[in-house]
Amino acid sequence: MAAPLGTSARAEETGQEKQDTQEKETVTPEKAEEAKLKAKYPNLGQKPGGSDFLMKRLQKGQKYFDSGDYNMAKAKMKNKQLPSAGPDKNLVTGDHIPTPQDLPQRKSSLVTSKLAG
Amino acid sequence: MSHKQAGGPPGESAVDWCLYQLNGAAEFEVSEADIISTVEFNHTGELLATGDKGGRVVIFQREPESKNEPYNQGEYNVYSTFQSHEPEFDYLKSLEIEEKINKIKWLPQQNAAHSLLSTNDKTIKLWKITERDKRPEGYNLKDEEGKLKDLSTVTSLQVPVLKPMDLMVEVTPRRIFANGHTYHVNSISVNSDCETYMSADDLRINLWHLAITDRSFNIVDIKPANMEDLTEVITASEFHPHHCNLFVYSSSKGSLRLCDMRASALCDKHSKLYEEPEDPSNRSFFSEIISSVSDVKFSHSGRYMLTRDYLTVKVWDLNMETKPVETYQVHDYLRSKLCSLYENDCIFDKFECAWNGSDSVIMTGAYNNFFRMFDRNTKRDVTLEASRESSKPRAILKPRRVCVGGKRRKDDISVDSLDFTKKILHTAWHPTENIIAIAATNNLYIFQDKVNSEMH
Repeated sequence: MAAPLGTSARAEETGQEKQDTQEKETVTPEKAEEAKLKAKYPNLGQKPGGSDFLMKRLQKGQKYFDSGDYNMAKAKMKNKQLPSAGPDKNLVTGDHIPTPQDLPQRKSSLVTSKLAG
Repeated sequence: MSHKQAGGPPGESAVDWCLYQLNGAAEFEVSEADIISTVEFNHTGELLATGDKGGRVVIFQREPESKNEPYNQGEYNVYSTFQSHEPEFDYLKSLEIEEKINKIKWLPQQNAAHSLLSTNDKTIKLWKITERDKRPEGYNLKDEEGKLKDLSTVTSLQVPVLKPMDLMVEVTPRRIFANGHTYHVNSISVNSDCETYMSADDLRINLWHLAITDRSFNIVDIKPANMEDLTEVITASEFHPHHCNLFVYSSSKGSLRLCDMRASALCDKHSKLYEEPEDPSNRSFFSEIISSVSDVKFSHSGRYMLTRDYLTVKVWDLNMETKPVETYQVHDYLRSKLCSLYENDCIFDKFECAWNGSDSVIMTGAYNNFFRMFDRNTKRDVTLEASRESSKPRAILKPRRVCVGGKRRKDDISVDSLDFTKKILHTAWHPTENIIAIAATNNLYIFQDKVNSEMH
């Protein structure tokens, strides 16, 4: 789509018109992107706004098998950056059954924000 | 889409913005906890609060005008910082509850103290911020260090006097509103009655009284009887600035619902539904995702609402439900990148939006540390950047441009070079002046109108 620098409203209007006429002949950029996605992930469900996707959103937050598992995972990650919760990461289990000696102390949260100088 | 014709050359701003201050560590020192998650000015603009992923709140206070130190005027200095929320673990569901501060809202000031509400995914807290600049001295029973005196040495009584001391800012949690939400709290909003506030999660909205923590009223519940039938969630909500009975909430499907609490106790049935009809021929896999409203804000006048979805900001007139009165493209060039933005999850980024004090300009963030402003009157828009390299203190910010292909000018950035990890999700505009606070990951930028800053 030969849309000019896309920051002004007027430019976008022209771009939109071009899009409309182009639709009849070629695919809109959005549809082209959709085709790309379907090519990569053929099993992708039809309804992206559907229940599965929303359910995943409601479940946001890393799930653990139990609280011992949670503490083990925290101890393992103590020195690393927290990983971002990817879509498949809904099951995390520790390496072994935790004993009271393994469980770390509650982390200290009295580190001052760097915004405060 | 209903645009008005753009007047004047694009990329110019009526206001000359310049960097006033920058807080936060350099890029390579970022830890996850330092990522700013919310920014909010109080009602006078004297105070600016930020919340971060580590559950901490930092409050900045603006230096008052003074003839003695002209260089410090208008500067926001750290006033107080405290740990608002801690990470928790929900034992029943084996779920981690993040300490990240989702939203901060100031209460209107009613006495010498300042109060604010801060919330994470589950718990809302009311904090009271007080100043102490005097302390009593001359106790009868205790000495200066607080140790009990030997009573045999006390021969006469004295009245303790208040002596001045260095200013101390104390923050105390006054109320903790817990266990009100099964799902994740995305917004809080203080009512204009200054007595109640609401908190919204993905499926429900609760009404609280600021003084009562063990009870709240559920005013919206969109949870379906069968979760398999779930089609949309609540994404943001806000009380009307003047009418204490009205509030709006937005959905993941791009609609807005205005509710009137006088109509019924449970506001599941909206009073007005604002929805722009979709062109069915344009529908794609991404349509619903990019139409999800990430933020909704009433104008100061109360006449309009501003919404942000993935690619646009829209102004809605409360009197017109059929479509927005204005639509502005934030970064339409991303339309041809939706596949990769879906794969890297960026398509789910929740950008906020803001009005200026007179409701004439709207602002929102984008990628590559860019943020955009749209002047509703002149129809001019501008792209600016919040980065250390491009912002020399007191130098006027240069407008930036993204080129899509075709002619490329010097200093343009191509779409493919945009850094999608540098997102400006949180921005705030001073209630009356041209001062803006921009959160760029872990850094807080405060930009001011050049004219504004020279006057001080």
